Amino acid sequence: MIVSRAHFVGTVALILAACFCLLSGCRESSEASGSRATIQNKGSDTMVNVAQAWAEEYRRVRPDVDVEVSGGGSGVGIAALIKGTVDIANASRNMKPEEMAQARANTGKMPVELIVGYDALAVFVHKDNPLDEISIDQLAGIYSEKGTITLWSQLGVQIPNTRHDEIVRISRQSSSGTYEFFREKVLSKKDFKLGSLDMNGSKEVVELVAGTPTAIGYSGMGYASAGVKMLKIAKEPGKPAVEPTMRTTLSKEYPIARSLQVYTLGQPAGEVKEYIEWMMGPDGQRVLEESGYVPLPSKAGGR
Amino acid sequence: MSSSPTRKQRQRPRRALWAVAGETLLEWIIRLSGISAIIFVLAIFVFVFREAAPVLTNEEFNLVEFFTSIAWYPTSAQNVRYGTLALIAGTFSVTALAMALAVPFGLGGAIYISEFCRPRTREVLKIVIELLAAVPSVVWGFIGLTVMSRLLVEYGGAPVGVNMLNGAIILALMAVPIIVSIGEDALKAVPDSFREAGIAMGASRWQLIYRVLLPAAKNGLLAAVLLGIGRAVGETMAVLMATGHAVQIPHGILDPIRTLTANVAAELGEAPAGSPHYRVLFMTGVLLFTITFVVNLTADFVIRGVKRK
Amino acid sequence: MVTNENSPDQARFTKTRFGRRTELTERIAKTVFFLMSVAMIVPLVAIISYLVIRAWPSLSLEFVLDVPRKGMTQGGIWPAFVGTVYLVFISLAVSAPIGVMAAVYLNEYAKDNWLNRTINLAVINLAGVPSIVHALFGLGAFVYAARFGYSILSASLTLAIMTLPVIIASTREALASVPMSFREACWNVGATRWQTIRSIVLPNSISGILTGVILQVSRAAGETAPIMFTGAVFFKSIERGDLFAYNLNEQCMALSMHLYTVTTQVPKVEESIPYATAVVLLGSVLVVNATAIAFRVWLRARKKW
Repeated sequence: MIVSRAHFVGTVALILAACFCLLSGCRESSEASGSRATIQNKGSDTMVNVAQAWAEEYRRVRPDVDVEVSGGGSGVGIAALIKGTVDIANASRNMKPEEMAQARANTGKMPVELIVGYDALAVFVHKDNPLDEISIDQLAGIYSEKGTITLWSQLGVQIPNTRHDEIVRISRQSSSGTYEFFREKVLSKKDFKLGSLDMNGSKEVVELVAGTPTAIGYSGMGYASAGVKMLKIAKEPGKPAVEPTMRTTLSKEYPIARSLQVYTLGQPAGEVKEYIEWMMGPDGQRVLEESGYVPLPSKAGGR
Repeated sequence: MSSSPTRKQRQRPRRALWAVAGETLLEWIIRLSGISAIIFVLAIFVFVFREAAPVLTNEEFNLVEFFTSIAWYPTSAQNVRYGTLALIAGTFSVTALAMALAVPFGLGGAIYISEFCRPRTREVLKIVIELLAAVPSVVWGFIGLTVMSRLLVEYGGAPVGVNMLNGAIILALMAVPIIVSIGEDALKAVPDSFREAGIAMGASRWQLIYRVLLPAAKNGLLAAVLLGIGRAVGETMAVLMATGHAVQIPHGILDPIRTLTANVAAELGEAPAGSPHYRVLFMTGVLLFTITFVVNLTADFVIRGVKRK
Repeated sequence: MVTNENSPDQARFTKTRFGRRTELTERIAKTVFFLMSVAMIVPLVAIISYLVIRAWPSLSLEFVLDVPRKGMTQGGIWPAFVGTVYLVFISLAVSAPIGVMAAVYLNEYAKDNWLNRTINLAVINLAGVPSIVHALFGLGAFVYAARFGYSILSASLTLAIMTLPVIIASTREALASVPMSFREACWNVGATRWQTIRSIVLPNSISGILTGVILQVSRAAGETAPIMFTGAVFFKSIERGDLFAYNLNEQCMALSMHLYTVTTQVPKVEESIPYATAVVLLGSVLVVNATAIAFRVWLRARKKW
């Protein structure tokens, strides 16, 4: 028994030692991971797919660079940049001046903005919906807090194959860049009407519209699927409605298009600089286009 | 446990000092682990409350509005409002509907397993229920979003497939295993003499269940239901994906709703740390913690009441 | 004559009208309760078969071993799978020792006093805390207060605390099933309390404890909310089949989170991929659970006392 006690104490000591080794080992490895660079990339949910595709593609070019991509929303990416915990923040909205100031106060470096592409915010309805175009005012009437449009018949359409007439409003969760952009451009910063279905992802919006005959929703043009129809949008009632395409996005004819940007603290340098340059180069822009966004005009034109 | 071996220990001649010291140390580690559950529960409350507390003094935040307003505009450009009434209503309505579905089935299943079926069937059923309980909540949510929503639109005539009923069906399926297993324990705890007395008096099995077993196991069954409620209130991913996530007081079972848990899950990732929005979400966490704490505590008292009897 | 198999003695008496009515109600009751039980089995079977059918085109070993491709619309789930493995085992390394020792304390040391009752209550409440509150706690405590940042470490610790009650409960059950006489015999030859626990109680309950550990694995693997805000990422590029892809201080992908993202965020995914992800997740969890159950059944069968 005494022998086995000693044996036991030995075992415990061994386990404790192993734990220490493990902990110190992981610390060491984290410090000594110089050979494998990691780029932290965080922010906009709109851009998370293209960011992911970039990261995936970049691995083929530079296998020694790990890119970690997380979504969370433009606000989160920017907040992380202000704290200095990410290398690149993706944002589908512009950084506010006070955020710039905060970042500078916090890290001593001024954030630098680089536009990496464009996105048109499309308004989707079910593919059987007879509606083809809609004006910004009508959209505001549907979505805003004081809006009065609640029925499809108010827009002069009747949805086939259903007895429901009420418009099912599908929106995005309140802190996403898409939500804020829609609020700014369509609702002129007024609040949304409560009771909309606030989806967590752009894809969820499109899928839900595809499965709900009476629904209307908005999300990036790249998310369009076979079950939904993109509406043409008129800036004002009576003006011609514009279809979201690459051309109308770049020419700013389409009223709800926006730029996609990345932010870094100070001028990008080293691996980060190379990564961003690659993004904006022909390969990166091709990936962006394949993900359903609109590439930068000059470089895309040359391609 | 009951008899202590410590006195004999002193008479033992050969025990190296380090062995005794090692053993004492180990026993203290064990004691510390023993109270770890208390430490963790307290830590959860303290840390969640610590993150939430600063918002109480923020002028944008008003505790009365928090509980009584339905306006949830955490990121408004003009007028930020933090009212969770619609979310509380959503949580309770979906839980109530889920319980309305789960309690009859859960108790029925418990009665069948404990009173009717043969031992072999019982084993099989219990295994199935255990597996049902093991299905991850995100898989339930996925099923709600892809399968159930389509069924509800096509056959249920719902205007939109993700709604309160969808969430309630999913929650019911998640709560049933708890209700069955705890309900079965409660029925098993009824002494056989009760059953024998009933049969001796010529009662049919149905009468026996209705007149003898249910009243006798009342508290245990209540606890089973309470724990099911606790599970349903606290469930996150499944309701996030299945209920439609709309801030409104529901008027019918086909209305989309949003629950407290889903609201935190959807917005926490996007609320910059330290912002009032972030803190209000932690406040919701405090509220949720309190609700489930009270429910679990009640369930425990109810069960304890059974045991004392 | 119709004999009721469950109560053969009833058939010996001549039936009155009243008796016949009783039998009828009884039979109805039995059928109703039976149907209610079936209503629990049917969904499980239906769901699994539906998911497998929809997932079929993608399901293969290759799917598990490959990395996501083409903006996660094709390819496999390796980074998520291996991420879940990391999270589960690191959380296990933390919670298993604490949980087992806590159960040892509760079953072998604690007297029936207020402290013990409070611990019991705490365990029950810990099990009842909503997963999203665990997430809030993990974010507040590990990510920010302890400065672990968004990392595998933070996520695993959050999971560890969340799954602690599972291990405590099953270990206690295992310890309690060791007969008191075993301990008394050991004490009588002069063993100390710890010696008794180590040489008699733990060896005799080790299989029960292992069952609890297995259940903890399945619980931890399926959780989403607690890791979503503490250490799981949307995407991380790692090599196909790479087992040592992650460091403790980095973030990782996880299977449960991956299912959520491919369902809600990634456009134009091959239709069977979300289903296949769900099947791999559900399949792993159920297989692990079934192992625990089989283990338990086998254990009961060979129990000597």
